This record gives sequence, structure tokens and C-alpha cells, in this order.
Amino acid sequence: MTSASQDLNLNHEPGHIKHDGHNLTGFIIFLCSESIIFLAFFSGFALLKLTSPEWLPEGVEGLETKLPLINTIVLVSSSFVAYFAERYLHKENLWGFRALWLLTMAMGTYFVYGQYVEWSELPFSLSNGVFGGTFYLLTGFHGLHVITGILLMALMLFRSFRPNNYAKGDMGVTSVSLFWHFVDVIWIILYILIYVWQRHT
Amino acid sequence: MTTTKYDPRVLKAPHPVPGAPDNWKRFFTFNTDAKVIGIQYMGLSLFFLLVGGLLAMVMRGELITPPSDLVDPTVYNGLYTMHGTVMLFLFLFPILNGFNNLLIPTMIGAPDMAFPKVNAAAFWLVPVFSVVLLSSFFVPGGPASAGWWSYPPVSIQNPLGHFLNGEFLWILAVALSGISSILGALNFVTTIIRMRAPGMGFFRMPVFVWTAWAAQTLQLVGLPALTGGAIMLLFDLSFGTSFFRPEGGGDPVLYQHFFWFYSHPAVYVMVLPVFGIFSELITVYSRKPLFGYKFVAIASFIITFLGLIVWVHHMFYSGTPQWMRNIFIVTTMLIAVPTGVKVFAWLGTLWGGKIRLTTPMLFVLGGVVNFILGGVTGIMLGTAPIDIHVGNTYFVVAHFHYIIFNTIGFGIFAGIYHWFPKFTGRMYYEGLGKIHFVLTFIGATLNWLPMHWAGLYGMPRRVASYDPEFAIWNVIASIGAFMLGVASIPFILNIVSSWARGAKASANPWNAIGLEWLLPSPPPAENFEDDVPTVISEPYGYGLGKPLVKDEEYYIRRSMEA
Repeated sequence: MTSASQDLNLNHEPGHIKHDGHNLTGFIIFLCSESIIFLAFFSGFALLKLTSPEWLPEGVEGLETKLPLINTIVLVSSSFVAYFAERYLHKENLWGFRALWLLTMAMGTYFVYGQYVEWSELPFSLSNGVFGGTFYLLTGFHGLHVITGILLMALMLFRSFRPNNYAKGDMGVTSVSLFWHFVDVIWIILYILIYVWQRHT
Repeated sequence: MTTTKYDPRVLKAPHPVPGAPDNWKRFFTFNTDAKVIGIQYMGLSLFFLLVGGLLAMVMRGELITPPSDLVDPTVYNGLYTMHGTVMLFLFLFPILNGFNNLLIPTMIGAPDMAFPKVNAAAFWLVPVFSVVLLSSFFVPGGPASAGWWSYPPVSIQNPLGHFLNGEFLWILAVALSGISSILGALNFVTTIIRMRAPGMGFFRMPVFVWTAWAAQTLQLVGLPALTGGAIMLLFDLSFGTSFFRPEGGGDPVLYQHFFWFYSHPAVYVMVLPVFGIFSELITVYSRKPLFGYKFVAIASFIITFLGLIVWVHHMFYSGTPQWMRNIFIVTTMLIAVPTGVKVFAWLGTLWGGKIRLTTPMLFVLGGVVNFILGGVTGIMLGTAPIDIHVGNTYFVVAHFHYIIFNTIGFGIFAGIYHWFPKFTGRMYYEGLGKIHFVLTFIGATLNWLPMHWAGLYGMPRRVASYDPEFAIWNVIASIGAFMLGVASIPFILNIVSSWARGAKASANPWNAIGLEWLLPSPPPAENFEDDVPTVISEPYGYGLGKPLVKDEEYYIRRSMEA
């Protein structure tokens, strides 16, 4: 309902408007649009990798894959945790939801920490040719989304303590967990592109 | 539909949002009413039409004589870059969002947009990025001058060595404009999908809503690609990355792919709603149902799809291999099919119709004629051999101005005149409108028709001085450009004076069919409130005797009220 009719206190619910779905519809459309930015970056990465005369900067053999692999496992399993948290919420088990939601946030935070460790150990920087730029752009842009996801989850956790349990409605847990699954899928593609693909060249 | 009893007091007195003033001041506040936002968009973008037009007139003043005597070539580069950017990002996109805001909720019977606050935020980003963009005139080094497409490596030469240069501000403004457009597109698409009146299936939506939907879908698919490219360009410009720098292993042509993947569809983002306006107006002013309504509606989405797979035709001479050129020649040619469907639908509607030559209809007819001309040169340019011959000449300039001004601009003027009584509650002055049309049509033709010949004979674009053999074409073009400048005077006069003192408009001054014409003029804050009608037939039932909404009493009550 628009703010205007709320303020007027008309207390009506026009039958033709499916209120509960607005936000989710809008959010799904937003995610579709977001995935195209990533698609642009991915296709740029692939094109530059295939055509660039100099790919890796001097003195760099390849990327270390162990730490990113652990990171990947943590992030992918956090998606399942988020799913079960949402299930608990729908079963009205609030404490179960909060516990699993907090666990998801912790796993996300661990991922960001892992990314930080990896970045600080890398021997090249943003301005080291085309490889440095694409690597930091892709992982950085994804990391930004992970941080956004954690902040949104914190907001939902905070809302779950409000008396009217606002977390369920509005731009609620469903949207946030959808966002989290999205960030996950993006990471899997990114991991394959950056870390797995390097071994076969 | 709820069973709330009809209360004439509620509908008679259009009540504004509490706390918001119901006078002209509300157009200067953070108002969440889509109709207010629509008029905000329109007012601001018409102001920038004047700004962009002034820049163009300085250029035409320079080009009236062959040597570069009025401005020097560097300034000229800045002029055409800013003219293109202002016209696209500050005039065309905002004014079409204005139409969307005014028309989508009223046409589908929704009280407002799905996300009113997001809507207002999307609007207020426009003045913000306009300041960012125009402030580049005052930074050292002047405004961006790499053309509105900002191709690297020209655009990433950073002679000043600090952030605050024209190119940086340009990229920042384009990124902000992208955020604004994406927020808008999300809102429009969600509103169209979820907030239609009862009974209004997709094939009972007016064609304008269909075309706006198709256009906003293009925004959602194409714009993120440009945003991705702009982020990379910004990094190259400011942080020393090498995405587009050949010396670091990057590829400048990659930017062209990102840029044209959006910027080609961008022309459909602009032209599709104008096709919608043409379709709406031709049925009203020829009193006939729209010929082939369903085909016209579906053709919008076919254009959307094809628009996304033709971008390489802008890069025929960027080292594109011949096999790839062939693919993109074919897909480009295919666009002529759905657009042809639309043109024939308009002609079929006009055929045997009872045509009223009001100002909006004159603009529509002028726009359709010019669109056919611009479309023909578009097909010519879509073939690689001709494109390689005349690309980067005035032929291209002539082609896209025939689409962007003579089609889209005419459609915008037609729409403004047509819906002016509905959203301001006042009638415009027909005589002034006709003077505006005649000046605009003659000015536009004089301005851009000669450029075809100048281009075919080889006059390059983006130059401040040229060979004297092209002088005659340029003199005619400049006269046309100044005439277009003069044409804005009756337009401004008309809008301002009729809004202030024009005759009061009835709810349905054109005797048109559509939900928006059931509302009083101007519509109240929440459009239909609880009194949303149930739609029972296709739109455009002119002369068929079929009612649009279920309750005949409702229709009579609404028209009595007016």
C-alpha cells in the first residue's frame, strides 16, 4: 500500500493489487539486472584472457587455489544454512531462525576475511597489467555483494526482534536469502573462471 | 474490487498527500505521487532540451562557414560531446520516464507506482547528475571531449593527473544516470506486471504500456553492461588498470562491445514508447480501432529481442571479421520486420479513418513520415559496404537525427500536447501549437535533409572546419537549426500561458477510450482510489460500440462528474 493511503487511514485493501508480491517481484527483476553486470565482467574476463598478448604479470605463475577452495566450500554451505533458517521462520520457530541466520552471517564474514587474507598475500596489484585489474575487479565486486548481503541479514535479524516480526514481510528474509543464493551462484562461476580455468592454460 | 460505497465528496475534491502542498510548490519537493514526479521529469528535461539545443546552435553557428572561426576545434569537441550527452541523458531518458510516470499508473488503473519512494529517488538523481555533468564546463581542461561514446584510448588520456577532469565527471554522471534508470525500470516493470486493474489482461493493455514495458526491459538487460564498461573505464582513467589499455594487455575494442550492447538498444528504449504514443494518438484522432493491435503489441517485444543482438553493426570498421559482419547485417535487417508491422498498422488505422488534424495528430503524422525516411537510411547503414563508405560522415548524423529528433522528438511533442489537458486540467492554445508544428517540421527538414548529401559527398563528422564544397549544405542546415531554436518560443509560450490561464479541460476532451480518460482532469492523488473499474474489452474500441469497463453506470457517473 502506498504511504498516502496509510496516512489517510482509509483502511482499505484494493482487491486488484497483490501487495505481498510487489517487493519480491521487484527484487527478482533487480537480481536479473545485477546478473548482467556480472555477465559483462565475466565476458570481459574471458575475452581478455583469450585474446590478450600478455595475461599474467611477470613473476606470477598462477593463483593459489587452496584458500579460495575453503572459501568456496564455506560460502556454498552457508547458502544451505540460509535456506534452513528461512524454513524455520516459516514454521514460526523464531529462535531456530535466528541461530541459523547468525550462522550464515558468520560464514559470510569468514568468507570476507578469507578474501582479505588472500588479497594481502598476492604478489600483484590492481595496476599490474590486465590480469591484476580483472582479478581485483571481479573478486572485489563480488566481495562488495557479500558484504551487502551480510548487512541485509543483520537488518533482518534486528527486525525479527521487533514485536510485529517485520522480518517476514516487506523486503524480508525471502528476498535476502534469494540475494545470498545469487551471490553464491556468482561465486561458483567466478571460481571456475578465475581459479579452475588457469590450470588448463 | 471492494464494495466501498461511492462517495462523491472523495472523488470531487482531489485530495493531495497529507503534508504536501497542492499547488505548484509540490513540484519542487520530494513528492511520491507518480503524477507529480512525471511532471517534475518533464519540466526538468524540457529545460535541458533548451540547454542541449543551445549547444547545438553554437555548433551550427560554427559550421555556417567552412573555416573554424567561431570556436576552436578543442571547444568544438567538447560541444558535440556535451550536446549528445545532455540530449540523451538529460532530455530523452528523463522525459520518457515522465511519460511513464504519468501514463502507466493511470492507464492500467493503479493508484501509484509499485515503489513510490524509489520512484522519487530515481527522479531526484537526475538533478544531481545534471549538476555533476554540467559542472565539467568549469573544471580545468573543460568538459569531456571524447564524444558521447567516450571510446578509449582517447577518453582515458588523463593529462591533468587528478580526478576532477571533464571525463571523470562524465563517467560519474553516466553511472548515476544508470542507477536512476535501473531504479525507474524496476519500478515500471513491477507496476505493469502486478498492479493492473481487474480484468486488464496483458492483451487489454494500451499499446503505450506494452511499448514502455518492452523499453524498460531493454533498460534492465542493456544498462548493466554499460555500467560494467563504465566502471572499467573509470578504473582505467583513475586507478591505473589496463582493461582497455593496449600497453598493459587490454583491448580498446572490448569497451566498444560494452558500450554498443547498451547504446544500440538505448535507441529502442527511446523510440518504443514513441511508437506507443503514435499508436495511441492515431486511433484517437482517426476514430478507428488500432489495426492489428495484438501484432503491434507483440512487435514491441520482438524489437526488444532483436535490438539486443545487433550491436556489432556499430563496429563494422573496428576490425570486425567479415563472417561476423554478415551475421550482424542479417539481424539488423530483421528489425525492419517488426517496425514495418507497426508502420503498416498505423497506415491501416489511418486508412478510411475520420482524421482530425489537431496539433498532436500533426506531430504524429510528421513523425511517422520522418520515421520512414530515417528507417530507410537505417537499413542502408545496416549493410557493411555502405556503412564503411559513409560511416563517420554526415550521412550518419542525418540518419540518427531523423530517428532521434524527427521521430522521437515529434512523438514527445505530440504526447505532451495530447495529454496536457489530462494532467494540468487546462487546454493548450491550438493556434500556437500549429505554429510550433510548422516551424519544427520545416526547421527539422532543412536541418537534417541536406546532411544526407553532405555525407554522401564525403563531409566527415566531428570536425569544426570543412572543405568549401560542402558550404551550401551547411548553410541550409544551420538555417534549419536556428529555425528549430525559434520554434521553441511558441512552445514555451503555449505551455506556460495555457497552464496559467487556459480554458478548463473536461475529463475527456478528445473523446478518447482508455482508463486515464475516466479520471477527472487533473487526476486525484490516488487515481481511482477504491473505485477501480473492471476492464472487459480490448482498448481502442472506436466505433465498435463495445464498452471498455464493466459497469456502464460507472462510465456515466465518471463522465457526469467531469
